[in-house]
Amino acid sequence: MTDIAHHIPDALLASYVAGSLARPFAMVVAAHVSICEECRANLAAHETVGGALLHDFEPISVSDDLRDRVLGHLDDPFLAEPARPHGNPTYPAPVVEALGDKPPRWRSLGPGAKQCILEAGKAGSVRLLHIAPGFAVPDHTHGGLELTLVLQGAFTDETGRFGRGDLEVADDDLEHTPIAEQGMPCICLAATDAPLKFSSFMPRLLQPLFQI
Amino acid sequence: ATSFSEQTEWMLKVRDARDRTAFASLFDHFAPRLRGMLMKNGFGAAQADDVIQDVMLSVWRKASSFNPERAEVSGWIFQIARNRQIDVIRKERRPMPEDLAMPESTDIDGEQVLGIEQEVQKLRSAIARLTPDQRDLVQKAYLGELTHSEIQAETGLPLGTIKSRIRLGLERLRFEMKGER
Ligand SMILES: [Zn+2]
Ligand SMILES: [Zn+2]
Repeated sequence: MTDIAHHIPDALLASYVAGSLARPFAMVVAAHVSICEECRANLAAHETVGGALLHDFEPISVSDDLRDRVLGHLDDPFLAEPARPHGNPTYPAPVVEALGDKPPRWRSLGPGAKQCILEAGKAGSVRLLHIAPGFAVPDHTHGGLELTLVLQGAFTDETGRFGRGDLEVADDDLEHTPIAEQGMPCICLAATDAPLKFSSFMPRLLQPLFQI
Repeated sequence: ATSFSEQTEWMLKVRDARDRTAFASLFDHFAPRLRGMLMKNGFGAAQADDVIQDVMLSVWRKASSFNPERAEVSGWIFQIARNRQIDVIRKERRPMPEDLAMPESTDIDGEQVLGIEQEVQKLRSAIARLTPDQRDLVQKAYLGELTHSEIQAETGLPLGTIKSRIRLGLERLRFEMKGER
């Protein structure tokens, strides 16, 4: 946990706290925070900013009716929120939750690469990638933001080395080729807000098939 | 005894003694501010009242997960309110980090709690010193009206000291959890 070198930038944390971050990215942020104490503290700091703002908002009086209603509900029985699954040594809790507490169902993406799509929609997509040692994530450029969180093993690309817990933030300028290190297969949680465009590895015709 | 802020005292009475008078004080303090925030955020009066009701009842029901060594009351309530607003606006639940266990003992490290409160005071005065334009931008950012790329990482707010104070609270928790095993 202490070896994490690449953390969540402040603008993304603030955006997560505000709730303006699209769901696929929010999942990656929640997964990283689940295993990174530093970012957990930073997240709480941003919540504190929100609290300071709340404290300073011009109060607008509320009706006695609302006050009575709320105080009158204190004895109501209520359903406790269902217990959320715990993370395991590979998958942090938000990923276990997205997997429905089952192991991932991998689909081949070509030589040495598999994926398991967790969510895909208008807001973007989030998937698990499984890259065999020495293999590359298919060469691609981005239409927008891409967050990649390493859950097992490690990869290196033009920008550096990323091991367990490290988060790579890539935007449309970056053309990179992440290659899995020798040893364990590299498993990543990757979110994008736009379809990835493959530059060479895979014909673009195949994209709809793989939903990437 | 150490003297925490009124809000912290009320919240601890709610958490530890299910004290209704303390809860009513929390309501009187926060409900009008929540209303100010929600209306600024474009909520109509009736919808704002529904959200305020849900948020304040969550404060009552989830009080056991409030930990003053890691969070300050306003921030804790702000987060509950944002989550509820996202539920209402987008009809979806935001992915959340794994919950940390609560410490077994209810002893409070008063120095740590006061430390967080002091940091919050510093933050409030830093916000008060912002120009109206800057403050407007910070409000927009934390009310979800800016995209992450529009949020300037450098807001000029003294986040570094709060971060390290909250980290101390997390480290203490980790230390306690180890001790239990
Ligand atoms: Zn981190
Ligand atoms: Zn990429």
